[in-house]
Amino acid sequence: MITTNLAQSALETASNPLLNTAIFTVFVVVTLAIVVRVNRRRTETTGDFYTAGSAFSGRQNGIAISGDYLSAASFLGIAGAIALNGYDGFLYSIGFLVAWLVALLLVAELLRNTGRYTMGDVLAFRMRQKPVRAAAATSTLVVSFFYLLAQMAGAGGLVALLLNVTSGFGQAVVIAIVGVLMIAYVLIGGMRGTTWVQIIKAVLLIAGALLMTLWVLALVGFNFSGLLGEAVANSSKLGEQLLNPGNQYKNPIDFISLSLALVLGTAGLPHILMRFYTVPTAQEARRSVSWAVALIGLFYLFTLVLGYGAAALVGADVIRSAPGAANSAAPLLAAHLGGTLLLGLISAVAFATILAVVAGLTITASASFAHDIYTNVLKSGEASPQQEVKVARMTAVVIGVLAIVGGILANGQNVAFLVALAFAVAASANLPTILYSLFWKRFNTTGAQWSIYGGLISTIVLIVFSPVVSGKPVDPATGKSASMLQGVDFHWFPLDNPGIVSIPLSFLLGYLGTVLSSRRDPADPQKYAEMEVRSLTGVGVEKAVTH
Amino acid sequence: MSTPLGRSEAAGPPTGAPDWEKAQAEPEFQELRRRLRSFVFPVSGLFLAWYLLYVLLSVYAPGFMSTKIGGNFNIGLLMGLLQFVTTFAITWWYVRWANRRFDPLARSIREELEQR
Repeated sequence: MITTNLAQSALETASNPLLNTAIFTVFVVVTLAIVVRVNRRRTETTGDFYTAGSAFSGRQNGIAISGDYLSAASFLGIAGAIALNGYDGFLYSIGFLVAWLVALLLVAELLRNTGRYTMGDVLAFRMRQKPVRAAAATSTLVVSFFYLLAQMAGAGGLVALLLNVTSGFGQAVVIAIVGVLMIAYVLIGGMRGTTWVQIIKAVLLIAGALLMTLWVLALVGFNFSGLLGEAVANSSKLGEQLLNPGNQYKNPIDFISLSLALVLGTAGLPHILMRFYTVPTAQEARRSVSWAVALIGLFYLFTLVLGYGAAALVGADVIRSAPGAANSAAPLLAAHLGGTLLLGLISAVAFATILAVVAGLTITASASFAHDIYTNVLKSGEASPQQEVKVARMTAVVIGVLAIVGGILANGQNVAFLVALAFAVAASANLPTILYSLFWKRFNTTGAQWSIYGGLISTIVLIVFSPVVSGKPVDPATGKSASMLQGVDFHWFPLDNPGIVSIPLSFLLGYLGTVLSSRRDPADPQKYAEMEVRSLTGVGVEKAVTH
Repeated sequence: MSTPLGRSEAAGPPTGAPDWEKAQAEPEFQELRRRLRSFVFPVSGLFLAWYLLYVLLSVYAPGFMSTKIGGNFNIGLLMGLLQFVTTFAITWWYVRWANRRFDPLARSIREELEQR
């Protein structure tokens, strides 16, 4: 295998693990110093810990949202998918961008005006506290944990690729380091520190992608059509087909199902929803989303150039046979362009990306547990803010430890579907409930429980019995099935993505639960009036933050 | 406390709290509500339909999407890039609309309610 040797030597000769580690250490030290610095005047209030006192500006929050949203999967995964499968990788990235319009038009501002810390706040505004908070927290914890697990397991694969850590033990150590750093950021910095980590990471990631994009374009004389031509010429397997749809997504219904989950899931991701509380007003929430749309859109345009650039300059065969396959496209391109130093920088940025995303997930999950479950369900709202923050901190440690253990166990397993699963749960359980709650007067506690639990359970059941978990045909080349489990087949649901069933089902359940229970569980019209007036005008929100 | 919203923490409504059902029934508020809904619902329907059309064409009409339109560009790439253009344009349009048509009315209702 000449190409294998070429690919391995390309990464191995260019990669200097010592340099990569050094650059990454600088990132960690600098960000930790900043986290400590911004929290010198820290107080132990819940508002400070969860939402940094709602004192970020729309622009800062918009940059932080990009940092929270653009995971390593976006950077390495999408660039790699474009390099190997061409057009379909690009098609995939667009759902992640268009989704922000749902957040902008329907969710961000109204949510800002009706809640304080969590998704549960919005539902509890006009429904029975305990049942809806329990439901919202359950869904938040499930989404966050799936997402977290995918990121942690991905960190293992990433070190294998970038630091040449190939032993299982070495990768486990790196996953543990990521987890410990994540806990440190959250405990020391709370939301303020986490936000700054996300801002720094977003700037580094977008600047790095911009640099590589300009570099690639300069090499082809800023002729994008010429770049596409070179990519085609260098893709022996696909050739001209690289520019056309249909290489990666063979089943149309399955891709439509995935697209629905992406476009409707973003505005239901708990760690994204929580970011809208870190700004003082609805206007700043609006500004946050416009900044996020601009930055995320630009970033996906960069990945389009980087993906085809990797196909043109590195070559699909070399990428396919490199360790990490598709994920190695961007690192290989960095090595091709700027040698060891650029590869080191891009590797460090990829790590920073994981750290910032997992820290955001951890603080969201711990806020939901402490605020919704501990204070409002277990203590019936009687816990002091100091107690609540203490519980949130302990929860962060527990979640961090679970994520480390889960990440180590899942390392090497095929868990890439977990991110799509998190989006599917967010789109099925969370978004219908939030929209009904904000816009439908009759929506009641029973309806909210039906849509959250119905969406959550149907999504998970359909995934468990899908080909993702069992029953994909064995690939004769590797002797392994593409499913998570090998050697068993209990699937009956034909699609990899449940969204096309679970999203309409959850909307239907929310409707049915409401109308069937409207006699014994009527919605409170006065509470709805208060919620609607507050959510549209911002009464009571804006005055308090004029300091 | 940064905001007085959380019901669990607030010790009941502050004295002189507005009568919310009355505030909701005011014609100004009904106008504000109508403006918001008549902008965000149709525009949401529009961009979702446009995105779905793009996805459906990509998966069911790959031949059409592969039609060359100049150099190595094809219709699929053009339509994908148009999704970026429309997303940016709708964001810009909504922000402009909200600043001009929504915020001033919302502000005047808010100020009136807070003076009561």
